[in-house]
Amino acid sequence: MSRIYINGISSISPQPENIFEGGGIEKYQENVIPALDQDYKSLIRPIMLRRMSKAVKMGLFCSKKALLDAMIDLPDAIMVGTGQGCLQDTEKFMTSMLSSDEGLLSPTSFIQSTHNTVGGQIALDLKCTGYNMTFTQNSVSFESALLDAMLQFSTENDLSSILVGGVDETSHAFTGFQNLDGQLKEKSTGNIDLLRSKSPGTIFSETASFFVLGSQRSGNSYAELKAVEIINSIEVNRIEETIERFLQRNNLNVSDIDTVILGNNGDSRYDTYYHEIQEKLFNDTAQLAYKHLVGENNSVSAYAFWLASKILKEERIPRVFKLNDLNCSQPRKILMYNQYLGKNHGLILLEKL
Amino acid sequence: MKGVAVTGMGIVSSIGNNLEETLDSLKKAENGIDFPEIFKTSHSHLPVGEIKISDSQFRNLLKISPGQAYTRATMLGVFAIRQILDNTGMKEFSSDTGIISGTSVGGIDYTERYFHDFENDPEKRKFIQTQHPGFSTEMIAAYFGLKDFVSTISTACSSSANAIMMGARMIESGKLKRVIVGGSDCLTKFTLNGFNSLMILSDNKCKPFDEGRDGLNLGEAAAYILLEAEDCIDDKKVIGRVAGYGNANDAFHQTASSENGEGAFLAIFKAMKKAGISPQDIDYINAHGTGTKNNDLSESIAMKRAFGTKIPDFSSTKAFTGHTLGAAGAVEAVFSLLSLQEQEIFPNLNFEKRMDDTALMPVTQPKKKKLNSILSNSFGFGGNCTSLIFQKDE
Repeated sequence: MSRIYINGISSISPQPENIFEGGGIEKYQENVIPALDQDYKSLIRPIMLRRMSKAVKMGLFCSKKALLDAMIDLPDAIMVGTGQGCLQDTEKFMTSMLSSDEGLLSPTSFIQSTHNTVGGQIALDLKCTGYNMTFTQNSVSFESALLDAMLQFSTENDLSSILVGGVDETSHAFTGFQNLDGQLKEKSTGNIDLLRSKSPGTIFSETASFFVLGSQRSGNSYAELKAVEIINSIEVNRIEETIERFLQRNNLNVSDIDTVILGNNGDSRYDTYYHEIQEKLFNDTAQLAYKHLVGENNSVSAYAFWLASKILKEERIPRVFKLNDLNCSQPRKILMYNQYLGKNHGLILLEKL
Repeated sequence: MKGVAVTGMGIVSSIGNNLEETLDSLKKAENGIDFPEIFKTSHSHLPVGEIKISDSQFRNLLKISPGQAYTRATMLGVFAIRQILDNTGMKEFSSDTGIISGTSVGGIDYTERYFHDFENDPEKRKFIQTQHPGFSTEMIAAYFGLKDFVSTISTACSSSANAIMMGARMIESGKLKRVIVGGSDCLTKFTLNGFNSLMILSDNKCKPFDEGRDGLNLGEAAAYILLEAEDCIDDKKVIGRVAGYGNANDAFHQTASSENGEGAFLAIFKAMKKAGISPQDIDYINAHGTGTKNNDLSESIAMKRAFGTKIPDFSSTKAFTGHTLGAAGAVEAVFSLLSLQEQEIFPNLNFEKRMDDTALMPVTQPKKKKLNSILSNSFGFGGNCTSLIFQKDE
C-alpha cells in the first residue's frame, strides 16, 4: 500500500495554536466554550463571512491555512467529519419555523443547515470539483473521513493530495438540550481541572482541525498516517484486547507505542475506558490528554491528530498535555484513542518520518 | 468478477412496504403521491410520497418498546433491513457485518416535535441525541446486534448513493467482508418547510424532464442493500453488482446546479471509468430528475455532454415515490437492481412535453429491454454529485 504523509495542518480551538510553542493557556469556567476568534477576513471575503455560521467559517479558514502550510492550491478531494453538523443554521431555521407555525420563511438558514455545508463551501471557495464527502458519526466522524481518505489513496492512482478535517460548532438551544441530557457537567468545573473531576458530564466546545494528506513526502511533512479504525460499541473490559488486536494488525506491540493521546473528558461514567488502559496496557507509555484544554465535541479527535502531527515533527511534548510523568524524548509512534459516551471508539496511528 | 456483489435488498416507500409491492407498483406505473395523512403539517395541500404506517404501528411491527428512542427514519431503516434477512433466509447478520447509512436529517422529526418539551418533560429527553444522523445509524445497528463498523454519510440528497459507494470501497479494499449500505429519510416539517421556502415544491404531482415541470414532491423511504466480498458469497444469489461509482463536486452554488452540469458530468464520467465501460455500454439511466426547473435542465445538459447524440434510455422514478432526499440514491439503486432482474425499464410518469432547451425524451411507458449496465444519478446540496453503475451478474 502507498504511504500517506501529513503535509499541512491547521487548527482552531479554545486554545491558541501557539500553545505548542509555550503560549499562554486559556482558562474557562463555563461548560460551553467557544473557539478563539480568528482573523477570518484575512482569508475569507467579508461579504461571504457575514453569511457564514461558525462551523463554515472555522472549516473554511482552517482548510485554507492547512493548504497554505502544505503549499497546495487545490486538493484532489475533500473529506469532512462533523458529528453534529451545522447546528446554528439548523437551530435558526427550526426556531423560525416553529415560532411562525410553518409560516413564510427565508431559505438562507435551511440551505446552510445540511451537514455537508462546510465541505460544499470549501469546494465552492477553492473551485474544487473533486470527490467531496461528509461523515457524521458522533465521535468517529473525523476518523470516518480519514478512513475514506486512506481508501481513496489506495484505490485511485492519480491522487496526490486530499484535504481532510473535522469541525463542530455549538448552538444555544441544541447545546442546551445536551445539558438537559446530562452530557454537560451540572456545576462549573473549569477546563484546567476537568480531568480531576469525579462527576458525570463534560464541557463542550467548538473546534476545527484540517489537514493536507499527500501521497508524496514534502519538505513540510509532519508525520505518516499509518492506520485508522472505528468500532461502534465495546465493553470496558474488552478495550485492552481491542487495542492490542489493532496494534497486531499493524505489526506492532504495545511497547512499540511511545506516546498515547487519550480522549479523557472528565465524565466519571465513561473515563473508565481510558483509566483501564492507562493503568494496564500503557502503564509504561507517555500519556497525553487535550480535552482539559479544548473541551469535548464530536470531532475534537481531529485536534489530537493536530497535536500528534506537531509532536512528531518537532520531537517534543509540551508539559501541559501530559497525563503522567513519563517522558518521551524521541516520539516515534503515537496512538490516539477516543470515544464518546462509551460508544464510537476511534483509533488512529501516526508514525515519525 | 467485476464489481461488488449485491446479495440482499430491502425497501419501504410510498409505493410499497416490500420488494414485491414495490415491483408491482413500478410495473403497473402506479405512483404513491397524495396528500399527507400521518405527517402533520400546515402545508397539507402539498402532495407527498407518504408511507401509510404510523410511528406507533412501526413500533408494534418491529417490537420496539416505547422506552427506546427510535425515530421514524430509524424505524424505516430497521423495517427495510429486516427484509434483507427475510429475503435471503438468513436468521441474523454475522457479527462482522458493517453498516454505512446515508440520511439528510436523521431524527430531526422528533426534535421539531419535542423542541419545547425537552426542558420540562424528562421523559422526552431520550430523543435529544436522536437528532443526529449518526445516532440513527447506531440505533439501526443496535437492533440487529451489529457493534463493529458503523458509519454515516450526510451529503443531503446524495447521502445514500455515497454510502453505497463507500461500502463498495470497503469491500474492494478488504477492510470489510460484508456491509449493509443504503439510507433512510422520513417526511419532516423541517425539510418540507425548507424546500417550500426555496419555492421548489410543486402543488401537483411532479413532472420530471417535462417542459411544464414546476417543482418536486417530497417523499419518505428507506432502502438498503447487502454487499459481500467474493469469498463470502458461497451459494447465495447475486442480485447484481456495483460495478462503478463516481463522486464530484459542482463547485457552483450551495443549492443550485450549474448551467453546464459540470459536477454531474464528472460523476458520470468517473463512474464509467471505474466500471471500465464506454458511454454506449450504458443501457439505461435512472436519472436524479427531481422535477425542478434547475435540476432537470442541468442533468439533461450533463447527459448530453456525457453521451453526445446517443443518450441511452432514461427515466426519473421520482414521480413514483417523491424525492426521498438522503434515501433517494438507495431507493433508486434498488429500482435499478429490480430493472436488471426484470430486464425492464420503469417509466418516467406524468410526462407530456419535451423541454425546449434540450428536447430529451424519457421512457414514459414500462419497457422490456436487454439491460446489462444501469447508471443511477443522485445529486445533492453542496454541489454533491454521485453516479453509480449497477451491472447484471454474469
